[in-house]
Order: sequence, then C-alpha cells, then structure tokens
Amino acid sequence: MNFLQTSLPIGASEVVSRTPLYVIVGYMVALFALGWISSRLFRGSSKDFFVASRSIGPFMLLMSVFGTTMTAFALVGSTGKSFSLGIGTYGLMASSSGLIHAACFFVVGLRMWSFGKKYGYVTQIQFFRDRFESKGLGYLMFPILVGLIVPYLLVGLIGAGNYISGVTAGMFPDTFSLPDKILPNGKEIPHPLNGSVPPWLTGLVISSIVLFYVFSGGVRSAAWANTFQTIVFMVMGLVGFLVIAKGLGGLAEASQKALEHAPEKTAREGLMTPAHFMSYMLVPLSVGMFPHLFQHWLTAKSAKSFKLTVIAHPLCIMIVWIPCILIGIWAAGLHAAGDLRVPPLPNGNPNPNAVLSAMVKTFMDSPLLVGLFSAGVLAAIMSSLDSQFVCVGSMFTNDFVVPLTGKDRFSDRQKVWLGRGFIVLIVTITYVISLFRPTSVFSLGVWCFSGFAALFPIALASVYWKRVTKAGVFASVIATAGTWALFIHDALGRKAGEQWFGATKHGEYLIAGVMPVTFICLASVVALVGVSLVTKPPSRETVEKFFP
Amino acid sequence: MKKPVLVCLIVFVALAVLHQDVWNWDKTSLVFGFMPKGLLYHMCYSITAAAFWAFVSVYAWPHRLEAWAEDSEEEGSTR
Repeated sequence: MNFLQTSLPIGASEVVSRTPLYVIVGYMVALFALGWISSRLFRGSSKDFFVASRSIGPFMLLMSVFGTTMTAFALVGSTGKSFSLGIGTYGLMASSSGLIHAACFFVVGLRMWSFGKKYGYVTQIQFFRDRFESKGLGYLMFPILVGLIVPYLLVGLIGAGNYISGVTAGMFPDTFSLPDKILPNGKEIPHPLNGSVPPWLTGLVISSIVLFYVFSGGVRSAAWANTFQTIVFMVMGLVGFLVIAKGLGGLAEASQKALEHAPEKTAREGLMTPAHFMSYMLVPLSVGMFPHLFQHWLTAKSAKSFKLTVIAHPLCIMIVWIPCILIGIWAAGLHAAGDLRVPPLPNGNPNPNAVLSAMVKTFMDSPLLVGLFSAGVLAAIMSSLDSQFVCVGSMFTNDFVVPLTGKDRFSDRQKVWLGRGFIVLIVTITYVISLFRPTSVFSLGVWCFSGFAALFPIALASVYWKRVTKAGVFASVIATAGTWALFIHDALGRKAGEQWFGATKHGEYLIAGVMPVTFICLASVVALVGVSLVTKPPSRETVEKFFP
Repeated sequence: MKKPVLVCLIVFVALAVLHQDVWNWDKTSLVFGFMPKGLLYHMCYSITAAAFWAFVSVYAWPHRLEAWAEDSEEEGSTR
C-alpha cells in the first residue's frame, strides 16, 4: 500500500464529508436523552445529588471510576506523547497506574468509603475537617483543590478542541476560514485546519451538554453517563485502532514502518533515563487525592463494590492505552517518512495534541467510523468532566458555604442550586483560559497530577498514622502548594536556558534528571512528618473515631 | 501484621521494582511482528498487576473494616 495515496497533500482543497460531525451530533443528542432519563431517578435531595444516596454497584463503580480517570490525557495526550517519546509513555503512566491506582483504591479508597458511610461525609474536605479537628483546614484546602482541578478541566477542553478541529478540517471552508500559515523557514502554506470546527465552539458545546446532565441528576447522572461513555470509548477505541491498522496495511506493516523511520520510538534509549522513568511512578498517586474520585468512592453501595474496580482497573487502562501508544509510534514513523502531515505548532514542530486526529483523518476511510471514533474520544473526555463538575459544586456547597453559614441557613434544594451556580462559574473561567492558553495536554495533565500526588501523603497518613497532626497537614498543604507553584512557574513561565531549577528535554521539565513531582512530594512528606512530630497529637476521641 | 497482608506487601514492592525494566531500555525488536518488546513487557505487567489485585482481594480483604462500616446507620459528621 502506498501511504501517500491516503494522505492529503498540503493545501489540498476537496469536498470533505460532514458525516463524522453528524454522528458526533447524534451522540450528543443520545447523551441529552440519557441525562433526561437519569434525572427521572433523581430524588431531589443534596445527598442524592452529591453521592447518589450511596447506591452504586460494582459494574457502575468500575465504569465511573475508570471513565473519570481517563480523559483527553489518556487518548489525545498519550498518542501525542508516544509520538514524541515513544513506547516508554506506556510505562510512564499506564502500567504504573495499574499498580498504583488500584493500590490507592484498596489502601485509601476503601477506608475513606467506610468513614463516609459511617459518618455521612459527602466530600473529601468534610472528612479531613473531622479527622484533623480543624475547620480552617477546609478553607485552606478548598481553593487549592479547586485550583488543581482547573488544569484537569483544561486538559479535557483543550484536548477536545484540538481533536475536533483536526478531524473536521475542511468541512466548513467558508464559515471557519483561517489565514495561510507561515512556517519558521518563511514558506507559506494553507492553514491545515482551515474550515474546521474551532476549539471555542467544541468547548462550548461539550461544556453545555455535560452541564445539562450533571444539573439534571448530579453524581447519579454522572455515573450513568460515565458507564455509557466508558463503554463507548473502550469499544470505539479498539475498533478505531484496528481500522487505522488496516488502513496502514496491517499491524505488522504499521510497526515495521515505525521501526524503519523512527526506531528510537520503539525503545526508550535516548528519550528518557531510568531515573526519569522511575520518578514518574509517583504521579499516579494523584488518584488517592482526586476529590472527584473520592466522591465516586462514596457512591459505592458496599465495600464489595470496590473489588471489581481494584482488579479490573489495570486491564481497562491496558485496553485503552496500548492502541494509543501504538498509533503514536506509527504516526512517528509515518511523519519521519513524510507520509503523515500533523498540524504544526507556532514554532513549526508537529502539535502532539493533533496526532490522533491526523491519524484518524488520514487512515480511516469511512466517515461513519471517523464519526463513531470521534464520539468515543469525546466520551472519554466528557466522562471526566462530569465528575469534576459535580465535585467542584459539592465542595463549594459543603466545604465552603455550609461551614461558613451553618447547616440550616439554606434548604436542601438551595444547596443544590448553590453548587450548580459555582459549577457554572468554574466552567466559565476554565473555558476562557482554554481559549488563550493552548498547551500540551499530556504536560498539563502531569502538572495537575503532580500537585494531587504530593497531597496524597496526607490522605495516607489520615487513615494509617494516629500521630499525624493538624499543624502537620497545614504545613504539608502549604509546602505542596508553594513548591508546585514555584516549579510550574519555572517550567512554563520562564524561557529554556533561563530556568532556575531544571531543564526541559524532549518536552519534559526535569530537575536533577527526575520529575518535579519527586521534590514536591518530598517537601510535602518532610513538612507532614516533621511538623506532626513536634506538635500536639490529636485528641483521644478523634483517634478512637478513626481507628476503630 | 497478618501473614497474607505481609505477603501482599512483599509482592507489591517486588512489582514496583519489576516496573523498572532497564534491561529492555534499548530493545527495538518487534514481537509477533508488530509489538515492540518493551511495550509487550509492560502490557504483561498490567495483566500481572490485575492478577495481583485479584489475589489481594481474596486473601487480604479488610472484612473487619467492612463489617464496621456496614454495622450501623450514618452517625453524621461533627464539623
């Protein structure tokens, strides 16, 4: 097969089928319907809105937890990262997550669920307030957790915008025309995304749809939608992978092409060091502190509901990530051979966020399949956004408004509406940022996860270390926020060569050859343990309550 | 510490060590004609991790915690 025959030459003008877009619109309508159906089951109480009255069984728990952890990071981000960093990307995040995520669910999640069930917690901060005997801790953690969720939401919006603009290129040349692009070498080319649905429109549409079904039935709707969407993106991901492989002449021919033209992408030598690789293992600890995942844990009907999630999570990750990694290295081989055009970044380098859409657009012949696969990509993204939306709403109501104004100041229904109002505010802020700060989905995700991972020692200590103190937790949160902000400023806010602590290589900002998460976690642990040991231990009553 | 919990802890540490497969670092060969060797190793690692968690769920399940949580109705938070 001649690959060039299926690639669009630069600047080619031809009629592009809009069928994929119609399929995506159909999928959105199906989600609306699902939101409406699940809203019929909404019991109207804040407990039902925030934790689905703790009624979710094993399969739905697996699907909602897995769907929540897989976002644009997993599909768009992993393909782009594999394109630039090769197969090592799987080990960096996927196989390590199989071990670490499940460990977090088993070691911390189960205990948190048991306290949630016993003492009626709806959010993570409520638990920490009680466990550390401090109302003030909630006021400190609330803005930090919301602040860390914003980049996570951005990952979804940027990923969706990039993907859809890539896959719809040429569909609307009159409505969404773009000026010609001037490459760094001075050459002028027609904009590769001319006539595509712009990211602002994609972001607006998916945010509105997710808001609709989340508003309809809260976390119960999110769990239903997650289950549906997780099945869609797993099935469509596999189908899409096989179709792309077929378009490339088969699995063997596709990988052979990568081996011939980009052999370094089929190994790790020269792209990452063992120290860099090992330090990545800290990043998946973030799931132990994700407030939206905590909320999903609380929806579990019983402890046994966790079993399937703990066992099947590594396999589900594998099913989604292996195809993405292979597509990424195939794209690297094709790009090196000049057989694949990936829309460039302003600096002329290929945009890693656009790799997946470029592969789909070039090697998937059937517009119907392109539409179904794209619906699957959006499903992965929206299945995370919904949980994050519900979570910021419940944190605002339960961790900020209620502690400030008292339990009886607002009725149950008013609390639900307060949560909804805050969700709209945060989504609007995130949406506006997404329009002005396009960046690598993978890098942004890793920064967000690094912050949560560094807070994980607090979660672990809260359920296993009786001696941990309120002051220790305050110190740990401040140390995490301070080091995280310092490093992210150094990595993203300063030019290469002028950075204070680390250096960027192959798109990765490393300090002393390891990921910044290593030092952020170290600062967090030192502050937590050091300050706890020199301050007054918690009361006997609290220790007995949480160590039954 | 109970014996099954200790065994699980040791296996967990062993798995964390096995994740650092430096011996595959420069291997570019393809297995089954399409799968890079390093990627196949980590794919098998994912399957092993799932098997390990299945073992943990059978032999180290926190039955006491489960019974405690499901013992009575919600007591309510204090803050």
